[in-house]
Amino acid sequence: MLSFILRRLAVAIPTLLVLVVASFYLMQFAPGGPFTSERPLPPQVLANIEAKYGLNEPTWKQLVNYVGGILTEFDFGPSYKYKDRTVNDIIAQGFPVTLKYGSISFVVAILVGGILGIAAAVRQNSWLDYFAVGLTIGAQVLPNFVMAPILILIFTLWLGWLPGGGWNGGQWQYLVMPVIALSTSYMASIARLTRSSMLEVLRSNFIRTARAKGLPNHVIIWRHALKPTLLPVVSYLGPAFVGMVTGSFIIDSIFSTGGIGYFYVNAAFNRDYAVMMGLTILLGSMTILFNMLVDILYAWIDPKIRL
Amino acid sequence: MTNSGLGSLNPNQPKTAAMAERMAEVKGRSLWADARRRFLRNRAAMVSLVVLIAVLLFAFFGHYLTPWDNETIDWNVLGNVREKGAPSFATRHYFGFDDSGRDLYSRVVQGTQISLMVGVVGAAIAVLVGTVYGAIAGFVGGRVDSVMMRFVDLAMSIPYMFVLILLLVVFGRSVTMLFVGIGLTAWLDMSRIVRGQTLSIKNKEFIEAAEATGVPWFTIIRRHIVPNLLGVVVVYATLLVPNMILTESFISFLGLGVQEPLTSWGALISEGTRTMSYGTLWQLFFPLSFFVVSIFAFFFIGDGLRDALDPKDR
Amino acid sequence: MNISLKSALFATALALASPALAAGTAPNGMPLADDQTFTYRVLDEHSSVDPQIVEDVSGSEIVRDLFEGLFNQDRKGNLVPGVATSYDVSDDKTVYTFHLRDNAKWSDGTPVTAGDFVYAWQRLADPETASPYQWFIEIMGVKNGSAVMAGDMPPSELGVKAIDDHTLEVTLEAPRPYFPLTTTHASTFPSPKWVIDKWGADWTKPEHIVSNGAYVLTEHVPQERSVRERNPMYWDNEHTIIDKVTALVINDENVAFTRFKAGELDRTEIPTGQYPVLKKEMPEATVVFPRLCTYYYTINVSDSAPEFLKDKRVRQALSYAIDRDIIVNNVTQGGQIPAYTFTPAATANFEVPTVDYATWTQQERNTKAMELMAEAGYGKDHPLDLTLIYNTSEGHKKIAIAISQMWKQTLGVNVTLENQEWKTFLQTRGNKDYEVARAGWCGDYNEASTFLDLVDTDSGYNDAGYSNPEVDRLLAEAKTMDNPQPNYTKVEQIIADDMPIIPIYHYTGNYLMNPQLVPSWPVENVEQNWYSKDLYKVAK
Repeated sequence: MLSFILRRLAVAIPTLLVLVVASFYLMQFAPGGPFTSERPLPPQVLANIEAKYGLNEPTWKQLVNYVGGILTEFDFGPSYKYKDRTVNDIIAQGFPVTLKYGSISFVVAILVGGILGIAAAVRQNSWLDYFAVGLTIGAQVLPNFVMAPILILIFTLWLGWLPGGGWNGGQWQYLVMPVIALSTSYMASIARLTRSSMLEVLRSNFIRTARAKGLPNHVIIWRHALKPTLLPVVSYLGPAFVGMVTGSFIIDSIFSTGGIGYFYVNAAFNRDYAVMMGLTILLGSMTILFNMLVDILYAWIDPKIRL
Repeated sequence: MTNSGLGSLNPNQPKTAAMAERMAEVKGRSLWADARRRFLRNRAAMVSLVVLIAVLLFAFFGHYLTPWDNETIDWNVLGNVREKGAPSFATRHYFGFDDSGRDLYSRVVQGTQISLMVGVVGAAIAVLVGTVYGAIAGFVGGRVDSVMMRFVDLAMSIPYMFVLILLLVVFGRSVTMLFVGIGLTAWLDMSRIVRGQTLSIKNKEFIEAAEATGVPWFTIIRRHIVPNLLGVVVVYATLLVPNMILTESFISFLGLGVQEPLTSWGALISEGTRTMSYGTLWQLFFPLSFFVVSIFAFFFIGDGLRDALDPKDR
Repeated sequence: MNISLKSALFATALALASPALAAGTAPNGMPLADDQTFTYRVLDEHSSVDPQIVEDVSGSEIVRDLFEGLFNQDRKGNLVPGVATSYDVSDDKTVYTFHLRDNAKWSDGTPVTAGDFVYAWQRLADPETASPYQWFIEIMGVKNGSAVMAGDMPPSELGVKAIDDHTLEVTLEAPRPYFPLTTTHASTFPSPKWVIDKWGADWTKPEHIVSNGAYVLTEHVPQERSVRERNPMYWDNEHTIIDKVTALVINDENVAFTRFKAGELDRTEIPTGQYPVLKKEMPEATVVFPRLCTYYYTINVSDSAPEFLKDKRVRQALSYAIDRDIIVNNVTQGGQIPAYTFTPAATANFEVPTVDYATWTQQERNTKAMELMAEAGYGKDHPLDLTLIYNTSEGHKKIAIAISQMWKQTLGVNVTLENQEWKTFLQTRGNKDYEVARAGWCGDYNEASTFLDLVDTDSGYNDAGYSNPEVDRLLAEAKTMDNPQPNYTKVEQIIADDMPIIPIYHYTGNYLMNPQLVPSWPVENVEQNWYSKDLYKVAK
């Protein structure tokens, strides 16, 4: 196990490096730059600004400077758009926000989705099954950007229970709507995956054998069927978690939560190179980490899989 | 938990490679015939199939039912859609008007075409690429697997929006580019899931036996691995079609989707959402209904297919 | 101009000297509300609150509250004393001497001196600061500004110096009659050298910032909110009524609308197209006023343009066929003013010239447009194919849809709409790689040249690639004229004939506002330079 982790970490570093180089060069292809604006800057002013940020250097040199800054000082550079903030500031402020509502949504999605999925599978073709299937599909088909404003209409305008947005240090009132809006579609996917996987497991020989032996139903479900059921679900969780953290653009944008999802998408639109690179590295590391965790989970669930 | 548990995930698998070869030839046809019979018996799936066919017919023949097209503005309605733009059979504006004073019915017809195409083509690209890629990585294993999966990690950590912007900008904004862009970003998840399944199937006796008797690895993937993946793939694909449609709507939401006057469900829904508190609810209701109904249908068909392809359920 | 300005300043100084208002009474005589907080929506995070770095509108609004320059604007946009109480001009009109008040203080108690302005202006011009508004020093015409900007001279050579702590002397390259007006611009505000030296780029963080305006920055959560609160050190603190101002970042205008209705906001923009309905439903909360902005389509007439766009008749036909009344009454619906000329009527000392097609009925315009198209060789059997680009936005989209249909229905033009992501759009338009593009322009200052200079051959903003020596001559001449109106009239008439740009409408500002706040909102300030210190909420 330890050697596996070490091996993966050893691969992770070159992976990240390739990611940095690829994204850095990819950026240069996009039309426009960070200082392209409605009112084009006079050439002299543009030259001064580019000189300040070192953007007048050849691309490879910018890249070397950038990586050097990270390695020597852990400095991810300035934001070209939000000039009062560095990338470190933006991540330090936005990442905990995203992590908080992302993790809560993740847990909610797994618990609710998993339980719904198992319940539906165990009582296949009962009203519970139909209800669960209907609910999960219903939750999945309502796009985020439709659900979020509807939530605000209901909870803020009509009922007056919750504030219509903002973060305020992440008090629970400010968390409810983002968590609902973010978790539902993942919850639905998890429920569906769990249900279908559980159905498959329940029909397998060893479960039949267990039933034949007269084991009580709950023992069969929880002790024998659950673990193999999780296999396909687990492989969904890695991308799902990263997706929840990165894909929160709509949440940040509609609920004004100030998380990194908004910066991530908008940095691309603003050509805010350093912010984009910083967030890419952050999210790249997270992806690698979570995929590694998923692989470890795999090995734990099915010892036959060689790490 | 015993290994036999996973080992018998599919108990119908023959135990030796020779048998597997023979069975695949002989049983192949009857398996599919069985599946079709079971699928036809699944009422929810059949109803969904009918609904989906109806939606398809609507998409491709719906414009014959209306005298209006999807781009002409009714200047009398523009600016006062709330009062004059409601759905009406008398004027043959069945779904009313959109916010720019255009006939919503014909816009929904045309949006349905685009969305179905994006969903199906995008999902097909993702499934095809993802399955092949994941199966190869999982089956070959070792260094190849490691390199291939690291590439997936890498691709997954590149800013998705940025890739799309680049694709749409560098190669021009077209529907084809949209298919490719959406499909290319979705195959990554697929490949990871398929690889996970492959890993567990690969350790089974019948595969080991096939390897031992020298069956070429690509044949093993094609004959043994892929068919065993079908259940997961089909379920995931049915999750994928609506996800593709949703992704397209997100792209439309960002303004990178199809160009006016063309539209899509996503674009129509996001416009409808904008105006929902201003008394023109039909602008959200009609496109959203089509969207929801079709996706329900996709899901039930997926479930039906899964059940039908599952050999144990007789 | 100087005399009238001075007398205005004098009058205001008198007004300020009048006894302090009774507690609880608003300057307009109405009783004040107990709650004096102001919460408003901004579309996006501001760029900076550093006076010399800020470049966006929402950032400048904050900077105007945090810092105070030589002069402020009143409700109508006239100059009123800020840190400076008055100024003298030399006979050749190139040397300005500003007299600063002696009771102005920074929020840490340090007196505001002429040296703070010298430092700030040098900082603005210094290439090392890399201010995006560096060019403003050239607009102001401060001596040696261009050379300092280019790095050919040290910032200390800039034509600004402190005679003593309360006297600031500015030397200009040449007379610039509008120079005093530029001192209300955020980039000319003083900055605290000792704080910047100590904290570097971090000095604008709430825990470090020191400012000299009516407010101090107390909280800033990027993409969520920024809060500014009353500065007790401010020299006129006793006349400040609003205690706390909060800017909330809300990207979606419809969500902002919902939150306004839920009482979370005092001000938000009226969602596109909803003004007529809201005016009926909550007349006391809707505020609409003209702004110094023009919405127009620019036509590529540069060398890279396709042949058909170089034909004046085609351009005229495209312009005539747009029914501007439908655009403003049925599409934008926010009380916008149809535009047939470029410069808005709200511009100071500007009279909108008469151009022929503005006086015709739409029927006449359409007829004429069809004739012109036929003359140019296009018609039903030989339709013109045209691509119209606009940047992603619901509002631009609706207008583009309507106009493309007008062109199609009236002229039989096949229009391809192309919506582009912002930076791509700017690059495409800037490279003149387009046929027709959406554009908008807001005046930098309240004078017609800020608009008309756009059609100058050498203008960096001339995206049409229009070049007409006669126009260039008229504009150059106007710079030094006492009354440039005749030249402006001629330029507008030439543009209306050549039609390199198609004016569509002049913007209005439209807000949904807490009715308690409405009486104090400076609707007559066309530049919308508002100061929280002048706002107040009246009791219900």
